[in-house]
Order: sequence, then C-alpha cells, then structure tokens
Amino acid sequence: MAPVLRLQDVRIRDNAGGRDVVHRVSFELTPGAVVGIVGESGSGKTMTCRAVLGILPEHFTVTGGTIELLGRDVAGFTGKEWTAQRGSTVSAVFQDPASYLNPSIKVGAQVAEVVRVKKGLRRREARRRAVELLASVRLRDPELVYQQYPHELSGGMLQRVLIAAAIAADPQVLIADEATTALDVTVQAEILDLLADLRERTGLALVVVSHDLAVVAQLCDEVLVMQHGEIVEQGPTSEILYHPQHSYTRLLIAEHESYGLDRFLEAPHAARA
Amino acid sequence: MPPALEIDNLDVHYGSVHALRGASLTASPGETVGLIGETGSGKSTLARAVLGLVRASAGRIVVAGQEVTGYSARQWRAQRRRGTVQYVFQDPLRSLDPDLTVEDSIVEPLLIQGRPRREAAARARVYAARVRLDEALLSRLPGELSGGQRQRVAIARALVTDPEVIILDEPVSALDSANRVRTLEFLKELRDSGAALLFISHDLGSVAGVADRIAVLYRGEIVEQGPARAVVNTPEHPYTRLLVGSAPTLRSAAADRAQRAELRALLTYEGKPS
Repeated sequence: MAPVLRLQDVRIRDNAGGRDVVHRVSFELTPGAVVGIVGESGSGKTMTCRAVLGILPEHFTVTGGTIELLGRDVAGFTGKEWTAQRGSTVSAVFQDPASYLNPSIKVGAQVAEVVRVKKGLRRREARRRAVELLASVRLRDPELVYQQYPHELSGGMLQRVLIAAAIAADPQVLIADEATTALDVTVQAEILDLLADLRERTGLALVVVSHDLAVVAQLCDEVLVMQHGEIVEQGPTSEILYHPQHSYTRLLIAEHESYGLDRFLEAPHAARA
Repeated sequence: MPPALEIDNLDVHYGSVHALRGASLTASPGETVGLIGETGSGKSTLARAVLGLVRASAGRIVVAGQEVTGYSARQWRAQRRRGTVQYVFQDPLRSLDPDLTVEDSIVEPLLIQGRPRREAAARARVYAARVRLDEALLSRLPGELSGGQRQRVAIARALVTDPEVIILDEPVSALDSANRVRTLEFLKELRDSGAALLFISHDLGSVAGVADRIAVLYRGEIVEQGPARAVVNTPEHPYTRLLVGSAPTLRSAAADRAQRAELRALLTYEGKPS
C-alpha cells in the first residue's frame, strides 16, 4: 500500500537559536497504520508533527529531507495548498483542547463551520453532519452537546469535540500530540479507545505522540523514541518493548516495570503462559 | 504506637455539595498510603481537611493521637508552626518562594518554630543531603533548578520539621521520566523518616510501586482500600476495575477495550455523570 505520509531524513532548524532541533527523522505511514513518537518535552516530537502540518513556528524551517503527503512533496506547497491539505489530508489534536475552541461560540457550530468550509455543505446539512460527527466520537447526547459552550464540557468531552472537528473533512492522517496528557487516566483510556475505534472503522492512519511509552505502546505498530532531536531507537512496538537497545528506552521501560502496574500484572500473565 | 493519621467517617460539604462522604483511612508511622481519585473525586478535599483548610461537617481526624477536627483557628496555627502535617505540591515552582535560596527555603519552617538560625541551618544541610541535593545548590534560587531538584527541595522543606504526616499531591506528575524514577526511588526511602506518607494522585500507575496500601476515592467516597497488590490484582469495585484497566501498561493490560466499555456502561448506569 502506498504510504499516506512519508518522512525521509527530515531536519528542522531553529534559525533564531542557530541549531537543529530535529535530525534525520524518517518514517512511513500506510492507511490504517499507527506510528508512535515518544520523548520528553523538547525532544523534537512536536516540531516533527508541526512540520507535517505545515505549521512550524516562526524561525523554524525544514532544512533537509522530504515530507510527502499522498506522494506529494510538501516543500513546494503554497499557503493555499497547505490550507487545502490541512483537515482534508492531515489533521491534528493537541494537549489542551479548550484553547482550540472559541469560548463564546457553541461547540456544535464550531464543528459545523469546519464541515461548511472544508466540505462545502450548506448550513442545514452542515449542522446535521456535525451532530453525526459528535455521535461518531461517542459523545452520549450529541444534540445536547451541539448546543453547549466549551466551558460546559469536561476536558474529555472537549477533546472528543476536537477529534470530531479534526475528522470532519475525512483526513487520512490524524496526529494526536499529547492529546490525552492532561486528562484523568480513565478518560485518557476512553480517548485512546476512541482513536483505536476510528482507525478500525475508517482506516484513519494515526501518529500518536506522548511522553509515556505505555500510551504509545498500546496503540502503535511502530515506535520512534526521540531524545534531543534525534531518533535514538525505532522499530516495531514489540521489538522496542522486548529488546530495547538504547539506555533511554530502557529507562522508560524500567520506570513502568519498577513503579507502574506492569510490576503487578506481569506475574500472573507469565504464569498462565 | 497510635496511627500517624486516622480519618474516621469524615464528611465535608461545600454548601450543598457533599464533597466527601464517610471517608475512613488510617496511615501508620513509616507507611505509604496511596490515595487515588480523579478530578472532583474529593481527594484534594480530604487533604485540605487534614490540613485544617476546610471544616469537616461530620467525622474525626486524629493526627498522632490528637484529635484535630475541633481545633480553633489558633490551635491550627500552632499545629502549622510545629509542622506536624506537611504538604508537598505538584509544582514546587509555585510553592517555593522564588526569592528565597534553597537553603533559606528549607530553613524557614525551623525559624518559624523559633529555632536559632545556626542550628536551623545545620539541620537544613542534613535534610538537603538526605534528599540528595548537591551542596552547591543550596545558594541557588528555585528558578535556577530543574523540576526534579525543586521537588526535592520541597520534600526537604517538608521533612525538616520532623512531621507525623506528609501529604504529597501528584509529586511526580510534572517530572520527566528520569526525575520521576529518581523521586519515586527516594520516596521509598522516606519510610525511614517515620512519617506517614499520603501519596495523592489520579494515576494508579505512579502510586502502585511505592504505596503499601491504596485507597480509591470515587465521587466523594472511598470505594475500595487494601494492600497495593490486592487492589491492582483483584479490584472489586467496578470503578477500581476501570481504573486498573485504564492505566497505561507496556505489555499486559488488566482490561481490553471491550471490558473497559462494559465497565463504563456499568458505572454510567449507576449514575456517574458523564
């Protein structure tokens, strides 16, 4: 299958700071596949995502390698082309959902707006489609949520609304950058389960970015471990989990083995095997 | 030896909101008790009640054999001066005075107790060493330290008054992996200090490895408590089962997607607001 997203030796430079913040990142994403990127803040994972979305902050530029969306090199994209691609080919959700919504507009209208602009639907159809989208992200009462303002919804519900908006124009790639980090653990699991459902239902390919290897491991086929702008380890999830090569990956695993639930859960599992 | 902390049938109301219902919990000297709950579960309310920041509407709180529930404002002030119960925040950058050096931050609670400066400074150095803070850092300001170092300063400051109870509110949530492991390791060693540790978090995964016992708060009630291993391996309450099944794990999940969906439906059925 042809990849929907392909990064080859991508380098990103902070021109103001005069240094590379991402060195030679490469991966491919085929339809329905899930790639995870793990690293601390400042490791370069978010800059990599932003480059894929064409929203690098000022002073940051891609100085090497290629990024291809549906086989097209994005280096030549004009502003207009980027606007056409974002949402329809590649879309994203981030850590703090409330900051991406207008607090004074009902959330349903904000989702409908995306549908109107991106899909060219008329007002009434856009509303109907927005309610469908709110239902598809498993919001319990989509008609009610449509009428609510952001402050009336919990963090988990807001993130669902943003996922609904992000998939409104049927993108092929969804980037979830620390999308569950600020949420309670049970809500985090709900959102991760929803992403897994969406992938199965629609063939959406995912890039899941997290500081927590366990979050990424649950969902991803392939994992990239980043530190200080470099990929220190990359491979199939099971390889990374069972045969980690780099000391940083080992640290991430040791943390869960010594202090996380893995410590308690592995024993009975092993006994059964 | 009496428990360091004994909470018996505690109720707290905020106006018409019943934030804590019949919560009972004990922690012995040297014991680490993990208190797990999500946003709005009542875990911060419980901490605030132990610190005397909210009034219990019913029930008792006993610290080292002394009932504090009926304390007057003056008695609470005296209790705080003694530093019997200490509190460590999630983000020490906010709890440490940005204009005080590390040493002055650790010394301050002792000076408030009226101890001589020289004695206090000597004691501060001992505690800085206990939390493995380099001597060179003592003259720095909090803004010049890493998150992990700041958290250790906050813990040294809490330890220095020889407290009976230390409440740690999400002590590792803001730290990166390396600092998280280091801080957790060192929280284990804190048992020797003789203080009871109440480790509060929304994340069972970050508490399970250091807690002797775990109590699960859900909608203002402690729905389950027991030895850490038992709570994780054989959770009984549906909420605890969802909590364990939702914690991100590397290789072996306690529940799969379908099981989690079932538990959520069950809890919604029991009236959880979504």
